[in-house]
Amino acid sequence: MHILEERQRQVHRKGSEPFDLDCNKQSAAGSVSQRACVFCGSRVVLYPIADALHLVHGPIGCASYTWDIRGALSSGPQLHRNSFCTDLKELDVIQGGEKKLHKALTQLIVEHQPKAAFVYSTCIVGVIGDDVEAVCRQISAEQGIPVLPVHSEGFKGTKRDGYRAACEALLKLVGTGDPSGVSKASINILGDFNLAGEVWMIRKYYERMGLEVTATITGDGRVDDIRRAHGAALNLVQCSGSMMHLAKVMKDRYGIPFRKVSYFGIEDMSQALYDTAAHFAGVVPGIQERTVELVRGELQYILPEIAEYRKRLAGKKAAIYVGGAFKAFSLVRALRHLGMDTVMVGSQTGLKEDYEELRELCDEGAIIVDDSNPLELSSFLSERQVDLFIGGVKERPIAYKLGIGFCDHNHERKLALAGFEGMLNFAREVYGTVASPVWRLTPRGSAREAAPCR
Amino acid sequence: MPVAEPFVSTRNPCKACSPLGACLAFRGIEGAVPFLHGSQGCATYIRRYLISHFREPMDVAASSFSESSTVFGGGDKLRRGLDNVSRQYQPRMIGIATTCLVETIGEDVKMLLNDYHPAAEPAPDLVHVSTPSYRGTHVDGFHAAVRAVVGQLAEAGEPTSSVNLFPGAVSPADLRHLKEIASAFSLDVAILPDYSDTLDGAQLEEYRKIPEGGTPLASIRAMGRAAVSIEFGRTLEGSATGAAELERKFGIARKTLGWPVGVVESDRFFSELSAISGRPVPQIFVRERGRLVDSYVDAHKYVFGKRAIVYGEEDLVVGLAAFLSEIGIQPVLCASGGQSGRLEAAVAAVTASSVGPVLARGNLDFAAVRELALEMKPDFMIGGSKGYSIARELDIPLIRVGFPIHDRIGGQRILHLGYRGAQQLFDAVTNTLLARAQDRSPVGYSYL
Repeated sequence: MHILEERQRQVHRKGSEPFDLDCNKQSAAGSVSQRACVFCGSRVVLYPIADALHLVHGPIGCASYTWDIRGALSSGPQLHRNSFCTDLKELDVIQGGEKKLHKALTQLIVEHQPKAAFVYSTCIVGVIGDDVEAVCRQISAEQGIPVLPVHSEGFKGTKRDGYRAACEALLKLVGTGDPSGVSKASINILGDFNLAGEVWMIRKYYERMGLEVTATITGDGRVDDIRRAHGAALNLVQCSGSMMHLAKVMKDRYGIPFRKVSYFGIEDMSQALYDTAAHFAGVVPGIQERTVELVRGELQYILPEIAEYRKRLAGKKAAIYVGGAFKAFSLVRALRHLGMDTVMVGSQTGLKEDYEELRELCDEGAIIVDDSNPLELSSFLSERQVDLFIGGVKERPIAYKLGIGFCDHNHERKLALAGFEGMLNFAREVYGTVASPVWRLTPRGSAREAAPCR
Repeated sequence: MPVAEPFVSTRNPCKACSPLGACLAFRGIEGAVPFLHGSQGCATYIRRYLISHFREPMDVAASSFSESSTVFGGGDKLRRGLDNVSRQYQPRMIGIATTCLVETIGEDVKMLLNDYHPAAEPAPDLVHVSTPSYRGTHVDGFHAAVRAVVGQLAEAGEPTSSVNLFPGAVSPADLRHLKEIASAFSLDVAILPDYSDTLDGAQLEEYRKIPEGGTPLASIRAMGRAAVSIEFGRTLEGSATGAAELERKFGIARKTLGWPVGVVESDRFFSELSAISGRPVPQIFVRERGRLVDSYVDAHKYVFGKRAIVYGEEDLVVGLAAFLSEIGIQPVLCASGGQSGRLEAAVAAVTASSVGPVLARGNLDFAAVRELALEMKPDFMIGGSKGYSIARELDIPLIRVGFPIHDRIGGQRILHLGYRGAQQLFDAVTNTLLARAQDRSPVGYSYL
């Protein structure tokens, strides 16, 4: 397999070489990166805020490709599932899009009465010189709601910069609401996007422990909750790649401490609840006992069935390629719980310390890769003879074409994989793909049947 | 009620951007890799959109613009990108489409490519198409790419008896059927593009960098020597198609037909092939047509007078409108996000036999379709998956055809064209209506 010269240091094989992985840089030209762009990073983070208007300022593509594709659920308004776009045309590009933006925003706000509006700048907005900030200020004054520019021009960095632009927009909301009445035993849930209702599960765990949830940012998010999020006593940050900036600024600005958590897999899920309980031990009487009880009850319910899958999955090999590295940690552990080894793991946006941790977690020989592409990924899958690939829609056909099982762990999925119940779903999903009889009929499957000792 | 001012924004688009269409067209050329000069995200979004429909690998390279490329120009990124694609994929052709960013900064891609000296041996053909997404839709990008390919690759020479066929953005199943039809007429037909294998391929033991199949480059070069070109699409811009390019450059006669959807539009296609080949329509298709019309008769009462909303790309909408009209279903609304300005006339031309008035509107979004649908009370909708929320709200069936189909499997296997395609559409429409009536019946007859 030919790995591009400028990418050679973005691939590491544990055990064979000293660890010096290169990452967090612009994708190599022509590499067919699996990454998207700054806009994508912002859009994915803010998308679930259900009572806000999300307007994409630019030509149609970016809005078309992000219309109702996420599994992020709302318990109330569904406004976020629409795609609104200024759909700039040639004349707008020449004359500027400010007037069109002003009119588009005014009409949509009058029609839908949102609690706030986010205006996403796409590539060309940065080039044609529209003063989006000024238009947003003006509309905000006219319509009496926050109108927040999101500086998400696609070329201005990587997806990670898009996360930051989203956090900056959120930071303009946080602190603008009245936090009185927010309990001392309250938390914000950061970095869960309520895919398939996951934030509802997580929220219930915390409430059963005796905590109050002030804001979920952004899964099933509401503008008014975010505005008073600064009243909470603790920020729990999942998907730290996207939400760390928000948590850090909230700590500096409002003195709210944060903890990194993950809700994927039994160990990480339990640890998140135990850590949170420990944090509130002096504030909420009996919280630690209640948490132990909660975890025990949930495990009693899911473990017997998981044990069955484990028996059948033990020794199988898995590969992971996801957006954020933090999710990969949990996945390696969750797979281990199912008796499976992770022989390849990579991410689009991981940082050096993330990859170091992944290296620690994985066994000798594991391939660690940053910002990979289809040719590399397909060669790793074949080389390591994996039984399961975990990724998103763009990774799926790579696995399927080669006759390899696949589990979708991206924002498009419609299956809850977080929480204890999510671990059970994950086990069923993994089992359902790895154990499917269809592989026997594929060229790769028949070759493996003919030579079972691989 | 006062007439509200139209929305200036697009609300739930019935279109995608032009680079997507170019990538799709390039995927139908043997040994080709689509390449976007612009931001990384464009390539990734387009890949996801196409993968979700075709469920096949769909690699699109990008030059991955940065801030400095935007300020100082992306020539370096373009050259390095092309070198890297050549190294990784060993392509025979790289199809380079531009994004809105590159078009807006006014990059002279043609000049950059003229000055580019490929490191790879043998050097791939480089075909460049300008696809700013602030102009037109994905369908315009598709046709622009096809035109660029023949404009830049087709060559003059000794005339042949072969036929160029430009089918438009039809399904892989349609492309396979067209090849079968051509071969039954013993015609040597070059279809451009042909992604019937590249986007609907078999399982592999070894991953292929570029999927097998596609129109061979040699066939594309020979298109400049063909006897005649056939292109599908009643809304095509006459002067801006691949066939028009060949007519202008090489004097090759051009026949423009509607998408052969339904009996009447298919008849035109078959008789054209008959005229070109000097052969009668092969018996296999005569019999297919016979069975199709027989089924129309068997089921005409189940479908008569039903009201349908048709949407999608303009030429598919025209074809479906023709088909629905000829079976007695009224296409009350024929909607498209396309902006050719020719949809209304094209629909009118094929719906003369309609049992009731037909409204055709281009440049619509799904919010507008919904508003019209609420008034029109249709019995069903027919189009891609993006109309689902409206069908759900109206509690009417949605029959999935065309592109994109993101909520079912098998979009690539839907056959729309020819008598056989019409048969499948007819059975799907009729059985959907029967099932609906059956499910709604308080009795629940199992014998209809």
